[in-house]
Amino acid sequence: MSRAISRVLAVAWIGLMASAALGRADTLKIAYVDPLSGGGASVGQVGLEHFQYIADQVNAKGGVLGMKVEILGYDDKTNPQEALVQVQKAIDAGARIIAQGNGSSVGAAIEDFVAKYDDRNPGKEVVYINYAAVDPSLTNAKCSYWHFRWDANSDIKMEALTSYMKTRPAIKKVYLINQDYSFGQSVRTEARKMLAQKRPDIQIVGDELHPLLKITDFSPYIAKIKASGADSVITGNWGQDIALLLKAAADAGLQADWYTYYAGGAGGPTAIRQANLADRVFAMVEGFPNLDYAPAREAEKEFRAKLNGQSLWYPRVFNMMSMVFRAIEEAKSPDPVKFAPKLEGMKITTFDGGEGFMRAADHQFFQDMFVVTFGPLGANQPFDEEHTGWGTKLAGKVPADQTVLPTTCKMQRPS
Amino acid sequence: MLELIIVSTLNGVLYGMLLFLMASGLTLIFSMMGVLNFAHASFYMLGAFFGYQLSRVLGFWPALLIAPVLVGALGALVERYGLRTVHRHGHVAELLFTFGLAFVVEEVVQMLWGRLPVDYRVPPSLDFTAFTIFSTNYPAYKLFELLTAIAIFAVLLLVLTRTRAGLIIQAALTHPDMVAMLGHNVPRVFMLAFGVGTGLAAVAGVIAGPALVTQSNMAGLLGPILFVVVVVGGLGSLAGAFAASLLIGLVQTFAVAMNVSIGDLLAVFGAHLAPDAFFAEITQVTVAQIAPIVPYLLLVLILIFRPRGLFGTRET
Repeated sequence: MSRAISRVLAVAWIGLMASAALGRADTLKIAYVDPLSGGGASVGQVGLEHFQYIADQVNAKGGVLGMKVEILGYDDKTNPQEALVQVQKAIDAGARIIAQGNGSSVGAAIEDFVAKYDDRNPGKEVVYINYAAVDPSLTNAKCSYWHFRWDANSDIKMEALTSYMKTRPAIKKVYLINQDYSFGQSVRTEARKMLAQKRPDIQIVGDELHPLLKITDFSPYIAKIKASGADSVITGNWGQDIALLLKAAADAGLQADWYTYYAGGAGGPTAIRQANLADRVFAMVEGFPNLDYAPAREAEKEFRAKLNGQSLWYPRVFNMMSMVFRAIEEAKSPDPVKFAPKLEGMKITTFDGGEGFMRAADHQFFQDMFVVTFGPLGANQPFDEEHTGWGTKLAGKVPADQTVLPTTCKMQRPS
Repeated sequence: MLELIIVSTLNGVLYGMLLFLMASGLTLIFSMMGVLNFAHASFYMLGAFFGYQLSRVLGFWPALLIAPVLVGALGALVERYGLRTVHRHGHVAELLFTFGLAFVVEEVVQMLWGRLPVDYRVPPSLDFTAFTIFSTNYPAYKLFELLTAIAIFAVLLLVLTRTRAGLIIQAALTHPDMVAMLGHNVPRVFMLAFGVGTGLAAVAGVIAGPALVTQSNMAGLLGPILFVVVVVGGLGSLAGAFAASLLIGLVQTFAVAMNVSIGDLLAVFGAHLAPDAFFAEITQVTVAQIAPIVPYLLLVLILIFRPRGLFGTRET
C-alpha cells in the first residue's frame, strides 16, 4: 500500500519537475542584483521597479520570442561578497542575464565572477548587463567580453561636467567630496586632472573621501566645506550619500553650487528645495523628465501614473532592455553566447531621441549626455520631482560623439 | 579656523548627546546583567519607527511621550520572559539571546515598514533656524535634541543618587544578594531598570529619527559605537557614559575636520617620503579618512591601559 502511494508520488514528482522544466523554457529570467536594503536601497528599489515595469510592458505585447520576461530581485546590500552569493543563487534559479548597477565595487566583483564562471562552464554562459556601475576600469583595464555597460562611465561624465564648468567663469574655488572606494577615487582624480586642463585658474580647496553609505549626518563635512570658502562642490555621491549631504547643506544654510552625478536620486530634490538652491545644483544624466521630446514625455507620464508618481530615473534601463531584447530576437535565442555578438556595435535611437551605439572594443554604450539643474517649474516644464514643485531643466547638452573617449581594453573574445 | 572649531564643537556635542541617550540605559543594563545587551540599538530603532508611526496619527509631541513608554514596556517584557529565563544558563546564553534578538527585531521592522527609509520629518513647530553662527545656520531641532539629552542626564542623575529607588538600584548593582535579603524584590528592580533603559533608547530613536535616517539598518549603524561608549566610560557609571559620549562625539567630529596625514606627521619629525616610495600611499591617508575608526582605536587603547574605563569602579 505504502509502496503504491510512494510510486504515485514519484510519478507526480517527475511530472511536476517536467512541467517546471517546461515552464523554465517559456520564461526569460533576468536577475536584478542590487541593494534592496541599507543605504543604497532607496535607489536600488526604484531600479527594480524600472525593470519590472519594462517586463510588464513587454509581456503585455507577448514577451520576447514568445517567452515571458521574469525579473528576479536579489539584495546584495552593496557588498561585493554578498553580491557573488546572490549571483550564484540567481544562476541556480535559471537566470543567464545578470543586471546590476549600484556600486562599482560590486560591479567589478560580478564582472570578474561572470568571466570566470563562463570560462569554467561552457554551454552555461551568463552575461552581466550593467546599468549604473560607472568606474572606468570596468571597460578599460578590467574589461570583459561578458560585460556590457549602458551608463556613461565616470570619465565621460566628468569630461561633460568639466566642459560645462568651463563655461562658468564665476567658479573660483572647488571642493571635492566623494565616497571612499574605487568609483569615488576615480571621480576625484579625474576632476583634478580635467579641471587642471580646462580651468587651470580654479583652486581646489578641499579633497575629501568619506566611508561609503555609512554616514548618517554630514554636518561635520559641511562645516569643513564652509570653512574652506568653496563656491562650488563636485561630488559623485549616490544613494543616501547624496541625499544626506544635500540635506546637511540645507540645514546649515551652505550656499554653494553643486556639480554632481546623481543629485536627482531619492531625497535629493527634496533637500535642494529645502535649501532653496534654485538652479544651483547640477546633475549628469542621459535623459530627464522635462526634456522636450514627445515620446519620452509620454513614457514619463505613463510611468508616473503606474508607479505612484515615482519619476523615471533610468532612461538607460529602457535603452539596455530594448537592446538586449532586440539582440535575443535577432539571434533567435536567449543564449548569451548567441545574442552577445549581436549587441556589439548595435545602434539604436535612444529613449530620449538621440543616436546611441554599443562600442564593440570595450562594450561601453555611448549616448547624448545632459547637464540638468533643479528649480521652480517654468513654461514647458510639466514634471516636478518628489512633489516639491521644482523640476529638472536643461543646462547643457553633450552630443554622443563628443563623449567618445579612447579605451585601453584588450578584449579577450571566446574562441 | 575658529569658525570650524566652534561649529565642529557644536556638532560633536550634539552627536555625543545622542550617544549618551542610548548609552545611559545600556550602561545600567550592562552593569546589572554583566553582559552587553546587543539588542540595545534595536530598541533605539523601534523607538524611531514607533515614533514615526505614532506621529503620523497623533503628531510628534504625543509620539515623543508614548513611543518610549511602549518600547520600555516591550523591553520590560523581554527582560521578564526572555532574559530572566535565559539567565539561569549563564552569561553566554544571555549574550546569545540579545544577539539573536537584534536580528529578530531587524527582520520584524523590515516586514512591517519595509527596507526603504520612511518619511519621518522634523515637526513643523521645530523646523526653523535657531541661530546663525559664522553664517552657518543651526537648526532649532538640533538645539532641541541637545536640551532633551541634557535634561534626561540631569533627571537620571537625580533619580539615581537622590531617591530611594535610585539607591536600591545602585545597591542591587553591586550587592544583589544583600539587597534581596533586606526584603527588596531584586528581579523586579532589574526588570524596571531594563524597561527604563530601553525606553531611554527609544527616546533617542524618536528624536534622532527625523534628524538622521529612519530605516531598518539604523540599529546596525549605531550599535557598535555604543559599546565603545560603555567600555570607555566605565561599567555602570552614568557620569562615565556622559563623559565618554561627549569625548567620542567630539573626537569623531574633529577627526573629520582634520586634513593631517601620517606623512605630514612624519614631516614634522624631519622624515620626508618620496611620493612613489614603498608605503607612500598609506602615509597620504588623512585623519579625516580614518575618522570612523578612531573611536574603536580608543576602545582598544582603553582596554589595554585602563580596563575599568574612565570612571568605572571595577574591571570590565
